Amino acid sequence: MIETLAFYLFAGLVIAGGAMVIMSRNPVHSVLWLILAFFNAAGLMVLVGAEFIAMLLVIVYVGAVAVLFLFVVMMLDIDFAAMRAGFVKNFPLGIAIAVILLAELGLGIGAYGAGGLELGAADGTAAARSDVSNIEAIGALLYKPYIILFEIAGIILLVAMIGAIVLTHREPKPGARGRQDIGKQISRRPEDATVMKSPEYGEGVEL
Amino acid sequence: MIGIEHYLVVGAILFVLGVLGIFINRKNVIVILMSVELILLAVNINLVAFSAFKGDLVGQIFAMFVLTVAAAEAAIGLAILVIYYRGRGTIAVDDVNRMKG
Repeated sequence: MIETLAFYLFAGLVIAGGAMVIMSRNPVHSVLWLILAFFNAAGLMVLVGAEFIAMLLVIVYVGAVAVLFLFVVMMLDIDFAAMRAGFVKNFPLGIAIAVILLAELGLGIGAYGAGGLELGAADGTAAARSDVSNIEAIGALLYKPYIILFEIAGIILLVAMIGAIVLTHREPKPGARGRQDIGKQISRRPEDATVMKSPEYGEGVEL
Repeated sequence: MIGIEHYLVVGAILFVLGVLGIFINRKNVIVILMSVELILLAVNINLVAFSAFKGDLVGQIFAMFVLTVAAAEAAIGLAILVIYYRGRGTIAVDDVNRMKG
Protein backbone atom coordinates (compact mmCIF):
# COMPACT_ATOMS: atom_id res chain seq x y z
CA MET A 1 0.00 0.00 0.00
CA ILE A 2 2.60 2.52 1.09
CA GLU A 3 4.85 1.69 -1.87
CA THR A 4 1.94 2.18 -4.28
CA LEU A 5 1.28 5.57 -2.71
CA ALA A 6 4.98 6.46 -2.86
CA PHE A 7 5.20 5.38 -6.50
CA TYR A 8 2.28 7.58 -7.54
CA LEU A 9 3.65 10.52 -5.54
CA PHE A 10 7.12 10.23 -7.12
CA ALA A 11 5.76 9.52 -10.61
CA GLY A 12 3.30 12.43 -10.45
CA LEU A 13 5.96 14.84 -9.24
CA VAL A 14 8.57 13.73 -11.79
CA ILE A 15 6.08 14.26 -14.61
CA ALA A 16 4.88 17.57 -13.19
CA GLY A 17 8.51 18.68 -12.82
CA GLY A 18 9.30 17.66 -16.40
CA ALA A 19 6.25 19.52 -17.70
CA MET A 20 7.17 22.67 -15.79
CA VAL A 21 10.76 22.52 -17.08
CA ILE A 22 9.54 23.00 -20.64
CA MET A 23 6.60 25.32 -19.85
CA SER A 24 7.98 27.83 -17.38
CA ARG A 25 8.83 31.32 -18.63
CA ASN A 26 11.98 31.85 -16.65
CA PRO A 27 14.91 29.44 -17.26
CA VAL A 28 15.95 29.77 -13.60
CA HIS A 29 12.57 28.31 -12.66
CA SER A 30 13.13 25.63 -15.32
CA VAL A 31 16.36 24.57 -13.60
CA LEU A 32 14.62 24.42 -10.23
CA TRP A 33 11.83 22.26 -11.67
CA LEU A 34 14.50 20.06 -13.24
CA ILE A 35 16.00 19.54 -9.77
CA LEU A 36 12.55 18.51 -8.47
CA ALA A 37 12.19 16.04 -11.35
CA PHE A 38 15.65 14.54 -10.62
CA PHE A 39 14.90 14.14 -6.92
CA ASN A 40 11.64 12.34 -7.61
CA ALA A 41 13.26 10.13 -10.27
CA ALA A 42 15.80 9.17 -7.60
CA GLY A 43 12.83 8.29 -5.35
CA LEU A 44 11.40 6.08 -8.09
CA MET A 45 14.73 4.25 -8.36
CA VAL A 46 14.97 3.75 -4.58
CA LEU A 47 11.53 2.11 -4.73
CA VAL A 48 12.84 -0.70 -6.97
CA GLY A 49 15.98 -1.15 -4.92
CA ALA A 50 18.50 0.66 -7.11
CA GLU A 51 19.89 2.82 -4.31
CA PHE A 52 23.28 3.40 -5.90
CA ILE A 53 21.90 4.88 -9.13
CA ALA A 54 19.44 6.94 -7.09
CA MET A 55 22.20 8.47 -4.97
CA LEU A 56 24.33 8.98 -8.08
CA LEU A 57 21.41 10.82 -9.65
CA VAL A 58 21.11 13.15 -6.68
CA ILE A 59 24.86 13.77 -6.45
CA VAL A 60 25.70 14.08 -10.15
CA TYR A 61 22.53 15.60 -11.57
CA VAL A 62 21.34 17.79 -8.70
CA GLY A 63 24.76 18.54 -7.28
CA ALA A 64 26.70 19.11 -10.48
CA VAL A 65 24.67 19.32 -13.69
CA ALA A 66 21.74 21.37 -12.35
CA VAL A 67 24.07 23.77 -10.55
CA LEU A 68 26.11 24.12 -13.76
CA PHE A 69 22.90 25.02 -15.60
CA LEU A 70 22.01 27.50 -12.87
CA PHE A 71 25.43 29.17 -13.12
CA VAL A 72 25.20 29.52 -16.89
CA VAL A 73 21.60 30.80 -16.83
CA MET A 74 22.53 33.43 -14.26
CA MET A 75 25.83 34.37 -15.96
CA LEU A 76 24.32 35.14 -19.35
CA ASP A 77 22.33 38.36 -19.58
CA ILE A 78 19.57 37.40 -21.99
CA ASP A 79 16.15 38.77 -22.77
CA PHE A 80 14.19 35.59 -22.20
CA ALA A 81 10.86 37.13 -23.18
CA ALA A 82 12.09 37.49 -26.76
CA MET A 83 13.24 33.87 -26.69
CA ARG A 84 9.66 32.68 -26.30
CA ALA A 85 8.48 34.38 -29.48
CA GLY A 86 8.04 31.11 -31.38
CA PHE A 87 6.32 29.35 -28.49
CA VAL A 88 2.74 29.59 -29.77
CA LYS A 89 3.77 29.04 -33.39
CA ASN A 90 5.66 25.83 -32.64
CA PHE A 91 3.10 24.51 -30.16
CA PRO A 92 0.75 22.62 -32.57
CA LEU A 93 3.61 20.86 -34.36
CA GLY A 94 5.23 19.97 -31.05
CA ILE A 95 2.00 18.61 -29.61
CA ALA A 96 1.31 16.60 -32.78
CA ILE A 97 4.75 14.97 -32.69
CA ALA A 98 4.49 14.39 -28.94
CA VAL A 99 1.11 12.66 -29.33
CA ILE A 100 2.42 10.44 -32.14
CA LEU A 101 5.49 9.53 -30.09
CA LEU A 102 3.44 8.83 -26.97
CA ALA A 103 1.04 6.62 -28.94
CA GLU A 104 3.99 4.67 -30.34
CA LEU A 105 5.57 4.22 -26.94
CA GLY A 106 2.19 3.21 -25.48
CA LEU A 107 1.87 0.63 -28.25
CA GLY A 108 5.31 -0.72 -27.41
CA ILE A 109 4.56 -0.94 -23.69
CA GLY A 110 1.22 -2.59 -24.42
CA ALA A 111 2.91 -5.15 -26.66
CA TYR A 112 5.48 -5.85 -23.99
CA GLY A 113 2.79 -6.14 -21.29
CA ALA A 114 0.79 -8.55 -23.45
CA GLY A 115 3.76 -10.90 -23.34
CA GLY A 116 4.21 -11.02 -27.09
CA LEU A 117 7.89 -10.18 -26.83
CA GLU A 118 10.50 -12.64 -25.67
CA LEU A 119 13.43 -10.62 -24.39
CA GLY A 120 15.48 -13.68 -23.51
CA ALA A 121 16.54 -14.64 -20.02
CA ALA A 122 19.57 -13.15 -18.34
CA ASP A 123 22.54 -15.51 -18.34
CA GLY A 124 22.84 -15.13 -14.57
CA THR A 125 26.34 -13.62 -14.52
CA ALA A 126 24.91 -10.30 -13.34
CA ALA A 127 21.94 -11.56 -11.36
CA ALA A 128 20.89 -9.38 -8.43
CA ARG A 129 21.89 -11.22 -5.26
CA SER A 130 19.88 -10.98 -2.09
CA ASP A 131 22.78 -11.55 0.29
CA VAL A 132 24.76 -8.41 -0.61
CA SER A 133 23.65 -4.80 -0.85
CA ASN A 134 22.95 -3.11 -4.17
CA ILE A 135 26.12 -1.02 -4.08
CA GLU A 136 28.27 -4.05 -3.25
CA ALA A 137 26.82 -6.03 -6.18
CA ILE A 138 27.33 -3.08 -8.55
CA GLY A 139 30.89 -2.64 -7.34
CA ALA A 140 31.65 -6.32 -7.95
CA LEU A 141 30.34 -5.98 -11.50
CA LEU A 142 31.86 -2.59 -12.25
CA TYR A 143 35.40 -3.40 -11.14
CA LYS A 144 35.60 -6.92 -12.62
CA PRO A 145 33.83 -7.51 -15.97
CA TYR A 146 33.20 -3.84 -16.78
CA ILE A 147 36.51 -2.33 -15.67
CA ILE A 148 37.50 -1.31 -19.21
CA LEU A 149 34.17 0.48 -19.75
CA PHE A 150 34.56 2.15 -16.37
CA GLU A 151 37.96 3.50 -17.34
CA ILE A 152 36.68 4.64 -20.73
CA ALA A 153 33.95 6.54 -18.87
CA GLY A 154 36.69 8.24 -16.90
CA ILE A 155 38.46 9.19 -20.14
CA ILE A 156 35.18 10.63 -21.50
CA LEU A 157 34.88 12.82 -18.43
CA LEU A 158 38.53 13.89 -18.77
CA VAL A 159 38.01 14.82 -22.43
CA ALA A 160 34.86 16.75 -21.52
CA MET A 161 36.68 18.60 -18.76
CA ILE A 162 39.65 19.53 -20.99
CA GLY A 163 37.25 20.49 -23.78
CA ALA A 164 35.21 22.78 -21.55
CA ILE A 165 38.37 24.44 -20.21
CA VAL A 166 39.91 24.87 -23.68
CA LEU A 167 36.66 26.32 -25.04
CA THR A 168 36.02 28.85 -22.29
CA HIS A 169 39.57 29.73 -21.22
CA ARG A 170 40.68 33.23 -22.15
CA GLU A 171 44.42 33.84 -22.32
CA PRO A 172 45.23 37.13 -20.54
CA LYS A 173 47.05 39.76 -22.61
CA PRO A 174 50.88 39.56 -22.55
CA GLY A 175 52.26 41.72 -19.78
CA ALA A 176 48.95 41.85 -17.94
CA ARG A 177 49.07 41.78 -14.16
CA GLY A 178 48.84 38.31 -12.68
CA ARG A 179 49.88 36.62 -15.89
CA GLN A 180 51.79 33.41 -15.28
CA ASP A 181 54.71 32.50 -17.55
CA ILE A 182 55.30 28.88 -16.71
CA GLY A 183 58.43 28.51 -18.88
CA LYS A 184 60.04 31.46 -17.15
CA GLN A 185 59.16 30.06 -13.74
CA ILE A 186 60.61 26.64 -14.50
CA SER A 187 63.85 27.93 -16.07
CA ARG A 188 64.63 30.05 -12.98
CA ARG A 189 67.62 28.61 -11.08
CA PRO A 190 68.45 29.17 -7.41
CA GLU A 191 71.88 30.65 -8.18
CA ASP A 192 70.34 33.35 -10.38
CA ALA A 193 67.86 34.35 -7.73
CA THR A 194 69.71 34.18 -4.40
CA VAL A 195 73.14 35.24 -3.14
CA MET A 196 75.03 34.00 -0.11
CA LYS A 197 76.65 36.69 2.07
CA SER A 198 78.29 36.53 5.44
CA PRO A 199 78.31 40.18 6.54
CA GLU A 200 80.57 41.66 9.21
CA TYR A 201 78.86 42.59 12.45
CA GLY A 202 77.64 46.16 12.45
CA GLU A 203 78.03 46.65 8.72
CA GLY A 204 75.33 46.55 6.15
CA VAL A 205 75.01 44.28 3.22
CA GLU A 206 75.59 45.60 -0.26
CA LEU A 207 73.23 44.12 -2.78
CA MET B 1 0.82 -3.62 -7.14
CA ILE B 2 3.33 -1.62 -9.10
CA GLY B 3 4.70 -3.48 -12.10
CA ILE B 4 7.28 -2.73 -14.74
CA GLU B 5 4.61 -1.22 -17.01
CA HIS B 6 4.05 1.60 -14.51
CA TYR B 7 7.71 2.52 -14.72
CA LEU B 8 7.74 2.26 -18.51
CA VAL B 9 4.75 4.63 -18.71
CA VAL B 10 6.53 7.18 -16.51
CA GLY B 11 9.63 6.86 -18.67
CA ALA B 12 7.61 7.24 -21.87
CA ILE B 13 5.80 10.35 -20.62
CA LEU B 14 9.06 11.93 -19.50
CA PHE B 15 10.70 11.12 -22.85
CA VAL B 16 7.80 12.71 -24.76
CA LEU B 17 7.96 15.79 -22.50
CA GLY B 18 11.63 16.12 -23.40
CA VAL B 19 10.93 15.90 -27.14
CA LEU B 20 8.05 18.38 -26.78
CA GLY B 21 10.37 20.76 -24.92
CA ILE B 22 12.83 20.70 -27.81
CA PHE B 23 10.03 21.55 -30.25
CA ILE B 24 8.29 24.36 -28.35
CA ASN B 25 11.44 26.09 -27.07
CA ARG B 26 13.21 26.20 -30.40
CA LYS B 27 14.96 29.50 -29.66
CA ASN B 28 16.21 28.88 -26.15
CA VAL B 29 19.26 26.59 -26.19
CA ILE B 30 19.39 26.34 -22.41
CA VAL B 31 15.89 24.84 -22.23
CA ILE B 32 16.76 22.55 -25.16
CA LEU B 33 19.76 21.24 -23.21
CA MET B 34 17.51 20.72 -20.18
CA SER B 35 15.06 18.82 -22.40
CA VAL B 36 17.91 16.54 -23.50
CA GLU B 37 18.64 15.90 -19.82
CA LEU B 38 14.97 14.97 -19.33
CA ILE B 39 15.18 12.50 -22.23
CA LEU B 40 18.29 10.90 -20.76
CA LEU B 41 16.56 10.71 -17.37
CA ALA B 42 13.66 8.86 -19.01
CA VAL B 43 16.15 6.43 -20.56
CA ASN B 44 17.73 5.88 -17.15
CA ILE B 45 14.34 5.19 -15.54
CA ASN B 46 13.64 2.56 -18.21
CA LEU B 47 17.05 0.93 -17.79
CA VAL B 48 16.75 0.79 -14.00
CA ALA B 49 13.17 -0.51 -14.18
CA PHE B 50 14.11 -3.36 -16.52
CA SER B 51 17.21 -4.08 -14.44
CA ALA B 52 15.18 -4.30 -11.23
CA PHE B 53 12.24 -6.28 -12.55
CA LYS B 54 14.35 -8.69 -14.62
CA GLY B 55 16.83 -9.21 -11.79
CA ASP B 56 19.90 -8.33 -13.83
CA LEU B 57 22.25 -5.60 -12.61
CA VAL B 58 23.79 -4.77 -16.00
CA GLY B 59 20.99 -2.27 -16.62
CA GLN B 60 22.10 -0.26 -13.61
CA ILE B 61 25.72 -0.35 -14.79
CA PHE B 62 24.60 0.95 -18.16
CA ALA B 63 22.48 3.66 -16.51
CA MET B 64 25.66 4.81 -14.79
CA PHE B 65 27.44 5.18 -18.13
CA VAL B 66 24.46 7.09 -19.53
CA LEU B 67 24.77 9.40 -16.53
CA THR B 68 28.47 9.92 -17.26
CA VAL B 69 27.85 10.82 -20.87
CA ALA B 70 24.97 13.13 -19.87
CA ALA B 71 27.23 15.03 -17.48
CA ALA B 72 29.96 15.35 -20.13
CA GLU B 73 27.42 16.49 -22.72
CA ALA B 74 26.00 19.15 -20.39
CA ALA B 75 29.47 20.50 -19.63
CA ILE B 76 30.52 20.72 -23.29
CA GLY B 77 27.12 22.10 -24.37
CA LEU B 78 27.17 24.86 -21.79
CA ALA B 79 30.80 25.71 -22.63
CA ILE B 80 29.87 26.10 -26.30
CA LEU B 81 26.90 28.22 -25.21
CA VAL B 82 29.14 30.50 -23.14
CA ILE B 83 31.63 31.13 -25.98
CA TYR B 84 28.75 31.64 -28.42
CA TYR B 85 27.23 34.24 -26.11
CA ARG B 86 30.63 35.91 -25.66
CA GLY B 87 31.02 36.32 -29.39
CA ARG B 88 27.49 37.39 -30.31
CA GLY B 89 25.80 38.67 -27.16
CA THR B 90 22.81 36.43 -27.73
CA ILE B 91 22.02 32.72 -27.63
CA ALA B 92 19.33 32.68 -30.32
CA VAL B 93 19.87 29.41 -32.16
CA ASP B 94 18.21 30.68 -35.33
CA ASP B 95 21.51 32.04 -36.63
CA VAL B 96 23.88 29.42 -35.30
CA ASN B 97 24.71 28.46 -38.88
CA ARG B 98 26.59 31.76 -39.14
CA MET B 99 29.16 30.52 -36.63
CA LYS B 100 31.60 29.44 -39.40
CA GLY B 101 34.17 27.53 -37.41
